[in-house]
Amino acid sequence: MTPIQSNQFAHPALKNYLLDHAFDEMFESENELRNHYEPLLEHFTALSADELRRRKQSADLSFLNQGITFTVYGRDEGTERIFPYDLLPRIITSAEWDTVERGLTQRLTALNLFLKDIYSEGRILNDGVVPREIVYSCKHFRRQMIGLQVPRNVYVAICGTDLIRLENGEFVVLEDNLRVPSGVSYMLTNRRVMKRIFPQLFRSYNVRPIEQYTQLLLGTLRSLAPEGRPEPNIVLLSPGVFNSAYFEHAYLARQMGIELVEGRDLVTHDNVVYMRTTSGLRRVDVIYRRVDDDFIDPLAFRGDSILGVAGLFNAYRAGNVTLANAFGTGVADDKALYAYVPDIIKYYLSEEPVLQNVKTYLLTDPKSRQHVLQNLDKLVVKAVGESGGYGMLIGPQSTAAQREEFAAKIQADPRNYIAQPTISFSRAPCLIGDDLEPRHVDLRPYVLYGDKVTVVPGGLTRVALKRGSLVVNSSQGGGSKDTWVLSK
Amino acid sequence: MLSRVADSLYWMSRYLERAEHTTRLLDVNLNLMLDETAAAADRRWLRVLDALGNPKDITWTGDPYALTHELTFDTSHKGSILSCIIAARENSRHVREQISTEQWHRLNSLYLEVTRPTMRYDLNGHSDMHADALLSSTEQQTEFLQRVMEAVHQFQGVTDSTMSHGEGWQFIQVGRYIERASATAMLIEAYHQDLWAPHEHLPEGNEYLDWMGLLRSATAFEAYCKVYTADLTPERILEFLLLDEEFPHSLRFSIDSLQHALDAIQRESGKQRTVQLSRLAGRLQASLSFSRVEDILDQDVIAYLRGIKAQCREIHETIFEMYVDYSIQAALAG
Repeated sequence: MTPIQSNQFAHPALKNYLLDHAFDEMFESENELRNHYEPLLEHFTALSADELRRRKQSADLSFLNQGITFTVYGRDEGTERIFPYDLLPRIITSAEWDTVERGLTQRLTALNLFLKDIYSEGRILNDGVVPREIVYSCKHFRRQMIGLQVPRNVYVAICGTDLIRLENGEFVVLEDNLRVPSGVSYMLTNRRVMKRIFPQLFRSYNVRPIEQYTQLLLGTLRSLAPEGRPEPNIVLLSPGVFNSAYFEHAYLARQMGIELVEGRDLVTHDNVVYMRTTSGLRRVDVIYRRVDDDFIDPLAFRGDSILGVAGLFNAYRAGNVTLANAFGTGVADDKALYAYVPDIIKYYLSEEPVLQNVKTYLLTDPKSRQHVLQNLDKLVVKAVGESGGYGMLIGPQSTAAQREEFAAKIQADPRNYIAQPTISFSRAPCLIGDDLEPRHVDLRPYVLYGDKVTVVPGGLTRVALKRGSLVVNSSQGGGSKDTWVLSK
Repeated sequence: MLSRVADSLYWMSRYLERAEHTTRLLDVNLNLMLDETAAAADRRWLRVLDALGNPKDITWTGDPYALTHELTFDTSHKGSILSCIIAARENSRHVREQISTEQWHRLNSLYLEVTRPTMRYDLNGHSDMHADALLSSTEQQTEFLQRVMEAVHQFQGVTDSTMSHGEGWQFIQVGRYIERASATAMLIEAYHQDLWAPHEHLPEGNEYLDWMGLLRSATAFEAYCKVYTADLTPERILEFLLLDEEFPHSLRFSIDSLQHALDAIQRESGKQRTVQLSRLAGRLQASLSFSRVEDILDQDVIAYLRGIKAQCREIHETIFEMYVDYSIQAALAG
């Protein structure tokens, strides 16, 4: 690691900008700035430290005043926090985006075909492309879904896929989120704040708009309405105000102009879902649900859930209401199944995957398990059903005790874990104090599937704000930044 | 409109009205107290507690600033100003997508101002409102109360100018006017026990201050003077606060507005109002519209005021049963 010496970029704000082997989003090499970052760097280095601080404060205040907060569980004082926000946008060229867009479209199409298949004939299982055990041992597999016809055969209508960039700059898929992906409201509000705080800079770039997301989402939901309901009543089902993503639920409902409902607002009668209104009961046709399968119907799934609606599954089964996403989609974003996604794409589409996977060791295989247990200090181990950065071991940053703990866990329940090489994914410039420093970033673009697959040009770039950290989750010191996709 | 949403809008509005009323009561009395002897203070502050329905766990210990502090910041007391603002904001959070962004901003800023004393929130250079553990000086206390009042007024302003005057807005009106009617009835009752009673024991000169205190506690002093001049008499004050048709804090005005909002809700929701609700609201409105102050003074005024309060409570319960907590079977049958 050597500091940048070039005269052209020897700005004092860059004194801590050290390149390492990770791909740098801004610098091609020590002396070479990537073209699309040039106006940005120029703009930022021209601003005084005071001015930067003022704009940063203005952005923070704007988030707080709008109530754009997430809830931190387990504390009663000050439970609402703002999601840390970095002022520098992450910029993606149109050529780079083109690959991402093609890859995500292909992946979501294939995963929907896969879900359709395993919940009906199970051809892919009969042909031995994906082992039966992997599917049937997944805790998100829903036996109740077998043989059930879903509208347009769309199981996953809303998805947010996590991408990272390898050292050579190639985008690869880290995780598919096919259940109830969140974060899209941050993508939208980050953009609003950015446009307010850096209007000129924004204008000088030719950034593709993302504001249409909510309208596209509404159109997607409408296209999935049960037959014979030309003016469907669409609602967003939220667990309620104590959920960490409540702001997002309220935001999306308001932007789409649909009702935000909670389980207690809904009742079922004769397999039809109604909501309680001041003018009596009103039929519900499409539910954009932000409640997990487990909690959504105490009669069909977990009986102790108070967030759900008794009888919802039967109404769904009867075809009187559509849920987006469908039940049981979690089987396709299981971290063990993930290893088979490239094969799934080839099987259904007869195409090579546009976006590659990260190499993944399945620990049910004795040879891989042996290898992983011997190399725990170099690998990342993840529990297959966890998210939010929990239940994870990052080998190079772990202690011997932690490695022992994970070794024991793996041996006790190998199906519950996978291992991947530790990837030093790409870094983008962030404002740390008054200086620019590189931090690791990922990218979560949002994909919709109703009539057709649509990828919104942008996404949520999450940042590991702690120096050297590879964990971008907000619960673990992560933040976010606006993501600019440039037009051709 | 979802029943739960109607319920939250109603309570958001009621809590803010309550916060505003308590704030004004404290502000007015802190101010008038300065003109009195310490001996008279007991009567004044006991009356304030009466007007607030004698909240339990709060007792008068002889220190007006301690009492003010308690009624303002003590969150273990559900009626304190801070509790009311927190409850109003919590209700608005449940219906975040139903109210306008401007409304949310105003209410959320008020909440942040009063609950996060250490946060420098205001970039325009305004001094912060401190929910400081000890708002030591009188000046600070007064300033705090006035800012709360201003913020609530601003909220009402943006509510009227940025939210569609549909069903949701009407539920906000219902909440506000039910709360206002009960509070005004309680306020008059608190003063009545003290002032309409045979008052030969009253110290000279304090009477005027007391009457003024009553009027100002209902923001009615200026409006009263416009009608009757600054000549304060008990009958006229009672007439004004109970029966004036145009003054927004009078009981008659509150009940008229309530009736108006209920009519609008009935039209919007298309739900047939039950005989029960029509009868309750109509009876109360008629009694205020067609009464003369002489008739009221002829009877037991305290009982009359308590009757109004009880009717407000009944109306509240009936609205809840009809629009929020109705039985599913009945709704399916209808």
